[in-house]
Amino acid sequence: MSVPQTQRPPQPEHPGPGPGQPARPSLARRRSGRIVAGVAGGVADHLGVDVRWVRAGFVVLAVVAWAGVLAYALLWIFVRQEITPVERAVGRAERQQAVGLAALGLGVGLAAAAAGSGLISWIAVPLGVAAVGAAVVWREADEAQRRRWAHGARGVTAGGRTALARTLIGAVLVAVGLGVFLLGNLNLDQVRFGLLAAVATLLGVAVLTVPWWVRLVRDLGEERRARIVTAERAEIAAHLHDSVLQTLALIQRQAASPREVQRLARGQERELRAWLYGPNGYGRAPAERDPHASGRLSAALAEAAAEVEDTYAVTVNPVVVGDATMDPDVRALVLAAREAMVNAAKHAGVDEVSVYAEVERDEGTDEVNLFVRDRGAGFDPDAVAGDRHGLADSVHTRMRRHGGTVRLRSAPGEGTEVRLTMPLDVPAPAGADAQEGTR
Amino acid sequence: MSDDETAARPPGTEASPDAPIRVYLVDDHALFRSGVRAELDRGAGGEPEVVVAGEAGSVDEAVAGIGHLRPDVVLLDVHMPDGGGAEVLRRVRGAKGPGPAQAEGASAQPVFLALSVSDAAEDVITVIRAGARGYVTKTISAQDLADAVRRVRAGDAVFSPRLAGFVLDAFSDRPGAAPPIDPELDQLTRRERDVLRLLARGYSYKEIGGELFISVKTVETHVSSVLRKTQTSNRYELSRWATDRRLV
Repeated sequence: MSVPQTQRPPQPEHPGPGPGQPARPSLARRRSGRIVAGVAGGVADHLGVDVRWVRAGFVVLAVVAWAGVLAYALLWIFVRQEITPVERAVGRAERQQAVGLAALGLGVGLAAAAAGSGLISWIAVPLGVAAVGAAVVWREADEAQRRRWAHGARGVTAGGRTALARTLIGAVLVAVGLGVFLLGNLNLDQVRFGLLAAVATLLGVAVLTVPWWVRLVRDLGEERRARIVTAERAEIAAHLHDSVLQTLALIQRQAASPREVQRLARGQERELRAWLYGPNGYGRAPAERDPHASGRLSAALAEAAAEVEDTYAVTVNPVVVGDATMDPDVRALVLAAREAMVNAAKHAGVDEVSVYAEVERDEGTDEVNLFVRDRGAGFDPDAVAGDRHGLADSVHTRMRRHGGTVRLRSAPGEGTEVRLTMPLDVPAPAGADAQEGTR
Repeated sequence: MSDDETAARPPGTEASPDAPIRVYLVDDHALFRSGVRAELDRGAGGEPEVVVAGEAGSVDEAVAGIGHLRPDVVLLDVHMPDGGGAEVLRRVRGAKGPGPAQAEGASAQPVFLALSVSDAAEDVITVIRAGARGYVTKTISAQDLADAVRRVRAGDAVFSPRLAGFVLDAFSDRPGAAPPIDPELDQLTRRERDVLRLLARGYSYKEIGGELFISVKTVETHVSSVLRKTQTSNRYELSRWATDRRLV
């Protein structure tokens, strides 16, 4: 859009940012103490420099192929106004200086254009008139937005007669400017004149409706954001209702049974934690989520521990260092570990079982070491009673079949520790380095 | 050098070893505070006695209260509005860095023990890096809590199995990882690794000593050294928690 190809006073504004302003506010046009649209002031606030430097910068840039004017117009269009007005005092001298600078920028720019590109002023002047008209309309659009913030009113002309008048004046200025520009080119033949007129009309309409377009896009974006927030809130509410509230209701009904309450509370805590902080949890940014997490040793072990917790009302805390992808060997290891946990939960007579797994990767000799330990009753491994077949059969044979080993350490009254070792022949999971809990 | 570190931080410099340990409670749940207070006041057994000197329900209150009462140990909730336990640590410790910086001000500075709903590493690593000497979960028994308070008061660290596992993982040498900038800080010694492994397996300090044929004091020294490295190392796995984990 060729909107800004013309003169607009480059950098009106007023005093530097107050010393009490927060460090580096986001870029927003000033609503108070502005000369044209508050662009220079906003930039000054954002960069933390004196507004005069910003204005001077726009003037200098205006000399060079109108870049300053173009930049000013673009910033006007795309930077939103600050939402809450900040009181700023603009001295008379300050204002005069700003207007002077603007005029200077305009004049110098015109002169440079006339001298440099051979443009004759009668082309630049009508375009300048059109630009001023556009500025008037845009400024009115700013006012309208402010009124909308204040009163929730809709429509650009909601400000009544004066607003309408200002918009009309702006439109007339744009039309006149473009018309004069066209008249200056009347020596062209008819076809080109018709084409030019059509283009000029479209241009005029485009210039005048810029604020509406911008607002439309912005409103759409805001609406979308609001919708996302609402959906998210609904999701959280639904989740809390289905999980936490249900569990609390169950706990109240089971209040007489501490063991049951413990089991429910522990299960709910685990579930909520997974939802919040798990590899695919709610608290993870989408980029951080790990779609392959469920196919890993850590996830499988956590799942096995959760089952044992739920079934036997004990606390099982698995700690995993490093990680491995699941394969038949690793699956056998997890099943064996689960059996060891069940044994500890059943026979040790304690309410806590420690589980520790470490994946060790030295060149060529990758293996997983897994420890299941309790501080409970313990037993004499040499005199295993007949009902202790679980460990012997399930754990030993399972591990041996997959090339692993089992070591058992226990003594009556000293607790039990089962050590399972399983060699790995699968390379480290790809991309695992970025995930915590893997190596 | 870790030996010097521990030696430079003598327990109970200004008070006799038998004086009760004054604890300050910081938690935004009043119910939880009164529960802990009741448990500790009932006397959890052991020597020296642990008494609650004061409590606070917010970050501001805590900073003012700690400055005024000068407790020996602060029990610090990890999750609180306005920045949580890490913010209290930052403000009380002021410009001082975490870890060894504490040695100089040992008599004036309280020791911090973090309290967390669970022992998941993401909850506590920030507080540890901000200078806490350990953490316990809120489900801990009164007896164990009193023991943990005594232990951090004596200059030791309190590591749970999960924190030990996390630290092991963070210090593991992945293939292709950047070489450590400061080997002294960014790598664990063989012995420290052994101690951490046993901690992660659920062993107590005494059991670790028996397993590795070293004294409990030596185990404590290793754990303190690991804590110092955890607090000051620039390893990516550790430092990223301090910056990224602002979501809770």
